Amino acid sequence: MTVHFCVHDEGDSVGVVVVEGIRSGQTLNGWIMDQDRMIEFPARSDIPIGHKVAIKAIAKGDTIIKYGVDIGKAVADIGAGEHLHVHNVKTKRW
Amino acid sequence: MGINLKNATFEGWRRDNGRMGVRNHVIILPVDDISNAAAEGVARNIQGTLAIPHAYGRLQFGADLDLHFRTIIGTGCNPNVAAVVVIGIELGWASKVAEGIAKTGKPVEYFAIEQNGDINTIASASRAAYRMVKYATALKKTRAPLVDLWVSTKCGESDTTSGLASCPTVGNSFDKLWENGNTLVFGETTELTGGEHLVAARCRTPEIRDQFMKMFDRYQAVVEANKTSDLSESQPTKGNIEGGLTTIEEKALGNIQKIGKKCTVDGVLDKAEEPTHPGLWFMDSSSAAAEMVTLCAASGFAVHTFPTGQGNVIGNPILPVIKLTANPRTQRTMSEHIDVDVTGLLQRKMNMDEAGEALLDCIIRTADGQHTAAEILGHREYSLTRLYESA
Repeated sequence: MTVHFCVHDEGDSVGVVVVEGIRSGQTLNGWIMDQDRMIEFPARSDIPIGHKVAIKAIAKGDTIIKYGVDIGKAVADIGAGEHLHVHNVKTKRW
Repeated sequence: MGINLKNATFEGWRRDNGRMGVRNHVIILPVDDISNAAAEGVARNIQGTLAIPHAYGRLQFGADLDLHFRTIIGTGCNPNVAAVVVIGIELGWASKVAEGIAKTGKPVEYFAIEQNGDINTIASASRAAYRMVKYATALKKTRAPLVDLWVSTKCGESDTTSGLASCPTVGNSFDKLWENGNTLVFGETTELTGGEHLVAARCRTPEIRDQFMKMFDRYQAVVEANKTSDLSESQPTKGNIEGGLTTIEEKALGNIQKIGKKCTVDGVLDKAEEPTHPGLWFMDSSSAAAEMVTLCAASGFAVHTFPTGQGNVIGNPILPVIKLTANPRTQRTMSEHIDVDVTGLLQRKMNMDEAGEALLDCIIRTADGQHTAAEILGHREYSLTRLYESA
């Protein structure tokens, strides 16, 4: 089975797309690495390889968690399955 | 399965100071930018030599000048170098560099261009380089335990696959090398931003933790004092962002995977300082690939491991750089730059121990003499770190 996206830890807000050509509406197979289990999830955006998909609904101002650690804040509401990147997330540092 | 590191060996050159080298370069080392032409002239005359041109060395002062000398001298001292011809515009600093390198016991001669001109300097230095190639090519390789191999790491053009797979692969091999008693280094001070607490927690003693945090805080103050934005496009870089990394915190957490799960941080180094005992060292350093790898070479490291996501193509004149990637697009489009393919990790076709073993196997093959992609493609980036303006 092709792994479409990987999640570091089950508490994370995001997964990382690891194949090329993901399209909105496609059902994605996700691998949660730390707990070594698979999940299924529909994409709600076209998402390039290496880019992140929100795996839960995120409100503007929420902290984004990856590796179980704070990696920044949402600057817009982000729906589950949507592309999460510099257009809707910013650093809390610098 | 698995490589038994205690019994693992490699074949290289044992230098007079006891250090093991895995390459046997005769280098033509300019002290300053205006001596590059003469150094390159010698390297054109004498086959088997390598000129290392660079951009600096004039009118520097204070800590910035100290770093210049430490980096140049450290490059000459590196055990991958058999012998050195030093060329400077004048004798004073050329002799200072030569004396620093001579402490290792290896042959060094120095030349000045003033009162000779380029042509006579190239002639005299070429005769010295000729003798050094005769000397170096007569040196016999000897077998040594793997523990004698110093291994550095720094990643570049990272993306999200770096943190998922290629950096943890280095971490897996570093855990094993650290348990074996090897000497290791990582750095990239600003690229720990957002994960500095995780590195601090790994420091072996409170003293080391304090030294690490002082270095981290000093570098943050430099960023704060000079920034005109939130540094997006520089940290993370445009390439990082194209690869899916969104914030410096996310990039840092991926970067930190290189120090594995078991290693403790056993000491801290200033830029281009040489470690004084085995273990994992943190070096306060730029996150720019060529600068950081140049500093690793100057600190005496013999093999470098370089995870990349989007495909950084860097090499170094004297330090073999092993590249690994987990990004299938990079592996597909740039495979000539990649030494270890760990794309299987993201499709569960390879586990982390297997990836770490594949990297260790490549480290040993490289130490035994197999050329890396960067060596074959002629990547010899040598970039000196500057601390501030010249006088």
